[in-house]
Amino acid sequence: MAISSTRIDPAIGVRRQQLWTALGVLALFVALPLGVTNAYFQHVMIVTVLYLALSQSWNILGGYCGQISLGHVLYFGIGAYASTVLNVKYGVAPVFGMFVGAGLSVIAALIVGIPCFRLRGHYFAIATIVIAESALLLFLNWDWVGGALGIYIPFVTDSWMFFQFRITKLPFYYVVLGLAALLWLITFWIEGSKWGFYWRAVKDNADAAEALGVKVYPTKLAAAAISAFFTALGGSFYAQYNSYIDPESVLNFNVSLLMTLPAVLGGIGTLWGPTIGALVLIPVTELTRSYFGGTGRGFDLIIYGGLIMLIATVKPEGLIGYVTEWRERRRTGADAS
Amino acid sequence: MLLEVKGVSRSFGGVAANQNVSLTLKEGEILGLIGPNGAGKSTLFNIIAGAVKPDQGQITFQGKDITGISASDACAVGIARTFQVVKNFDGMTVLENTLVGAFNRTNSTVKARELAFDVLEWVGLGERASTPAISLTPPEKRRLEVARALATQPKLLLLDEVMTGLTPTEAQAGVALIRDIRKRGVTVLMVEHVMEIVMPLVDRCVVLNLGAVLAEGLPADIVRNPNVIGAYLGDRYRADG
Repeated sequence: MAISSTRIDPAIGVRRQQLWTALGVLALFVALPLGVTNAYFQHVMIVTVLYLALSQSWNILGGYCGQISLGHVLYFGIGAYASTVLNVKYGVAPVFGMFVGAGLSVIAALIVGIPCFRLRGHYFAIATIVIAESALLLFLNWDWVGGALGIYIPFVTDSWMFFQFRITKLPFYYVVLGLAALLWLITFWIEGSKWGFYWRAVKDNADAAEALGVKVYPTKLAAAAISAFFTALGGSFYAQYNSYIDPESVLNFNVSLLMTLPAVLGGIGTLWGPTIGALVLIPVTELTRSYFGGTGRGFDLIIYGGLIMLIATVKPEGLIGYVTEWRERRRTGADAS
Repeated sequence: MLLEVKGVSRSFGGVAANQNVSLTLKEGEILGLIGPNGAGKSTLFNIIAGAVKPDQGQITFQGKDITGISASDACAVGIARTFQVVKNFDGMTVLENTLVGAFNRTNSTVKARELAFDVLEWVGLGERASTPAISLTPPEKRRLEVARALATQPKLLLLDEVMTGLTPTEAQAGVALIRDIRKRGVTVLMVEHVMEIVMPLVDRCVVLNLGAVLAEGLPADIVRNPNVIGAYLGDRYRADG
């Protein structure tokens, strides 16, 4: 069938470009450890890519489907605890344990979603905070999983199965980079598929979406389940990387914020938003934390607050707005010449 | 019979919005649903579209009982609607808005895109495909509402005051579009306020007043019906008859 020239959807060309950009960015990240051998900076890189991945999975529910969850640390914590408890108490390798955690997180997301997705807007966000805080209290008092003391993961030997390495940080870096790349690909695929359009429709106007045949409620649950699954994988990764977890480190509200803010800063509901946001925000946090030490506790939060206020005033669509503007200028410039 | 509404009643907190309303719609027809403000037009419209559940009564579509189904299921069986207050997806382009509708009958993005382009060209928004929905003009926004509904490939299209706020020229273009929609085999039920437009366009009229059917018949008969004139149309139309 002949397709007339007016039928070219510019989005298709953009998608092709994005794939190439992603390959380039990935190559850069893969090569980065060649230049960065300092263990501390490698640590910053790992944490940055971890939050990039977490924010990317938060973005699936919060950005594309428009359901702002401020309790995503719940899934992170479930992932961390599931793989760690299975490992320490039953000798199950974290390679398998992390999928148990991801599965449990999906169940948790459905349990949270079934009542909470009947709430609209801010009420949903508030409900998610409360549920995550309840989980924090529960784990603080749950002696079987170590209570407030948490759980140490004893070092046995360098192993992929048990995902621990004594000296080198590189395996951690490449694994978390793989997770981030996978999440980028999934988001990319979703963006071009029926699901992506349905989620964005639900975000923009749930009534209109329902009238066009979108089953809004199950659609939200699906987005929540996918988002929770990958957040939990991030949690398991964090536990192995740190080899110690306690409720304050894996169920703290701050972690929910750290998943949300990169997406908000970079561009909520966009493919590249979490990446851009995490690259700006997380190194700033880590570096200020290490420079100011204990006396500067909370200083990183002041910086987030400042950055978010700044971006909300100057560029509400996020830093990605500068990129799209630049592309637009280049395109119209090319047309004119 | 494409659609049959039998004895539908619905009240909101003691106020009866619809009382024992019945109407039928033949395949290929354009039916006008008119009545003064608060007559229960929107409630009836929402009941047929699945957005509101009736307290009593039955709705059958193509011989199947669809009473109380959800809005998304109504769309799936072939009933599409527009909204009185335009509800486009403002974060999306015109094409993407239409795609959401097109996915009702296909899972393939390629097929959905073809269908969406077809519909956009049909309603005259082909050139605007990559424009953000939010930057359309008001009449274009209404056209996009219709395009989204048509992209779901409905058998019955419910139009809720699509002509409101249009200039006479724009309204004429709207009339031409609705005639074309019918010509392509889609049955139309339209709620409308602008009588000059409805009367020449529709095959039949159902007049609602105070939640009940006041009159039903050909437009020419409706405008002469003294009950209708008294309830709604006013003396201006008495002179025409």
